[in-house]
Amino acid sequence: MTENTVNTEKDKRKIKAVKKMKEIMTFYYIDAKTAAENNKKVAWITSGGPVEPLIAMDIIPVYPENHGAMIGASKMGVDLCEKAEAMGYASDLCSYARSDISCATVNGGPIGGLPKPDMLICGNNICGTVLKWYEIQARYFNVPLFIFDTPFCHTAFYEEMRRYVRSQVDEYIEFLEKTAVRKLDRDRMEEVGRLSVAGQRMWQAVLDTTVNKPAPMSAFDAFFHLALIVTLRGTQTAVDYYQELLDEMNERVKDGIGAVPNERYRLLWDNLPIWYRTKWLSDKFAAHDACLVADTYTSAWCGSLRYMDENDFLNSMAEGYTRIYLNIGVDEMARTVCDMVDKYDVDGLVIHSNRSCKPYSLGQYDIQRIVEAKKGIPSLMIEADMCDERMFSESQIETRIEAFIEMLKHRNGR
Amino acid sequence: MQDILKEMADVVRDPFAYGRKLKADTGGKVVGYVCTYAPEEIILAAGAHPLRLFGTTGTIERADAHLQSYCCSLVRGVLEEGLKGGTDFLDGMVFPHTCDSIQRLSDLWRMNVTQGFHVDAVLPVKLDTQSARQYMIAVLHRFKNDLERELACSITDENLSKAIKLMNEIRLLLLRIYELRSDQPGLMTGDALYTIVKATMIIDRKRVREILQEVVAKMEVGKSSHTHTKRLLMAGGICNQPQIHDMIEAAGGAVIWDDFCTGSRYFETLVATDKNPITAIAERFLQRAVCPAKHAGLRNRAEDLIRMARERKAKGVIFLYLKFCDPHAFDYPYLKNALDQEGIPSLLLEVEDPLPAEGQLQTRFEAFLEML
Repeated sequence: MTENTVNTEKDKRKIKAVKKMKEIMTFYYIDAKTAAENNKKVAWITSGGPVEPLIAMDIIPVYPENHGAMIGASKMGVDLCEKAEAMGYASDLCSYARSDISCATVNGGPIGGLPKPDMLICGNNICGTVLKWYEIQARYFNVPLFIFDTPFCHTAFYEEMRRYVRSQVDEYIEFLEKTAVRKLDRDRMEEVGRLSVAGQRMWQAVLDTTVNKPAPMSAFDAFFHLALIVTLRGTQTAVDYYQELLDEMNERVKDGIGAVPNERYRLLWDNLPIWYRTKWLSDKFAAHDACLVADTYTSAWCGSLRYMDENDFLNSMAEGYTRIYLNIGVDEMARTVCDMVDKYDVDGLVIHSNRSCKPYSLGQYDIQRIVEAKKGIPSLMIEADMCDERMFSESQIETRIEAFIEMLKHRNGR
Repeated sequence: MQDILKEMADVVRDPFAYGRKLKADTGGKVVGYVCTYAPEEIILAAGAHPLRLFGTTGTIERADAHLQSYCCSLVRGVLEEGLKGGTDFLDGMVFPHTCDSIQRLSDLWRMNVTQGFHVDAVLPVKLDTQSARQYMIAVLHRFKNDLERELACSITDENLSKAIKLMNEIRLLLLRIYELRSDQPGLMTGDALYTIVKATMIIDRKRVREILQEVVAKMEVGKSSHTHTKRLLMAGGICNQPQIHDMIEAAGGAVIWDDFCTGSRYFETLVATDKNPITAIAERFLQRAVCPAKHAGLRNRAEDLIRMARERKAKGVIFLYLKFCDPHAFDYPYLKNALDQEGIPSLLLEVEDPLPAEGQLQTRFEAFLEML
């Protein structure tokens, strides 16, 4: 094969929408960083937090977790984590939190720190860590903190939970109106609610394209394209972008273009990405013709769609925001994984045991056993951390991946 | 006094043997729990006995198949005992919602420990709003219904009021013991004090009331000749290492008060007796000193700690944290800085069951106490 054909091969697989995505995100961060000059308010909000009222009120949402991912991807996590440790934070704590807490004091990281918040919105549907993290930032920046408390659904979502979360939706809007000194336009809110649901549907549709063989994109692509459904959920921009991405994916499906050239093994990823090693991992698996076709992480931003009503957003978001993937019991998580194994016709499960994320990781051994037993597929567990590279042992992980692929080969007789 | 302390120490050493014997002797039901947000009054009013689990003193083997090494030794230890059958005498378990790890422990217990019933009490995390108050009350009503169903009983307001009275008396007795010892630290070793607190969470509560009354009576007439002690506060989660107190005392100090889950957080704040019992129990949970997994304000924990240090004339604070306990670890820099600003020295110890070699800790205590 000549160099030229190699390049064409690569180009063929490049997702064209990436360029647009980068533009949107750059514009978004410029907008956020210049908010004060433009008389706009900035709210820091957790990744699973209720962003729609912010959008409806023209308050710019900024995501420390997205920032954490950027810090991880640019391999700046270790330095910032060490700085946090010097401030007295234990090295066992979440590396997003550690990075963000120290970054705020030095304005470091890939974009020179996040714009200062005017308020903090903490949804604890993803973990208890964000509560502590946002308390710390509320003290540091001396700004008001709103806690959107979503009771954990071990086995059920009870009526009193609905009442509690629903009343917090009203308290939240009151908080925003008071902090931003502006009234929420209810018509605009309805529109944003509809756009949010439309965006989530579109994101689900994008992820669903990987049921095709070969899968037109991989979980590694999803990790990248996820940014908009997190940060710009509720905007037309997100809906339009995902429509474009969906069209491109459908085109690829039609042309039989896969994310991995000779897709032989289809794998499912569990937990957050290992941000500083996404390319390394992607190449490692691709070299063995293995494609991570789906993951439990990026689908979490559309996983509770069934509880959302686009025509009654404020009422239905109580349930939609409470019953997300991480706020449910381990057995229900295992059922979700099993369903994904079927849906995406997966040959194996790759589990990232992430030291930073206890609610996501504690219970993985049980999920692993349940999926292996019910679906008869093998699994691989990678011990690492999403942002703190010191927790990544390359040679050990490489050996385990090789052994896992050998097992897949053996099982599939190919 | 020695007899009483021995009775309590025996119970703390083997709480499960005590639980089994209690069941055999009384034919009653025993409900296990893992933290001080378990509504003991409701369990008592159901005619059952609440028994707290503190992890395991044995090695962890079975739990390793369910929990990663970066989960705290308390959660791993509780699951270990559940899996190996140490807790098989329990009629059920209640898991109040606190931290991420306890939350997953509840799931793993429900999925893997088949013995007995399993109830979650999904308390609010936020405690300082009206809607959280309403929700807290609703959760406790649900908990009451769950217990009635599981224990096939009816929990009456009358029984709730009796249980509240009993628990309030126990709380006041523990408070009195703390106060007497704070006045004269030489009256009782730290090991003995914390044995009493832990045993209170294990032993039949009516029997505990008698024991504590006896302890108070003895302490009230006691005189300690030992007066030169450096007074310390201890702050953190749970302490499974009584030898820590021996080390502190050997170094010339004594823990005379604490902000601890196996300490003052168990007994401080009474349940009001002049209102609906469930509402009153809910309100105590909203008002008492919080576990850092809960939110009742941005600065209350530091303010409480500083006030405690002033009131109890403590010279320094020992933060005793369980390794991998995220809520406490996140609060540490803020609490330490707040103490620094007030000129109160502090020492951080992150421990795991079992403790590291003794010499190491002893040296750190000595160095810290010398500085005070």
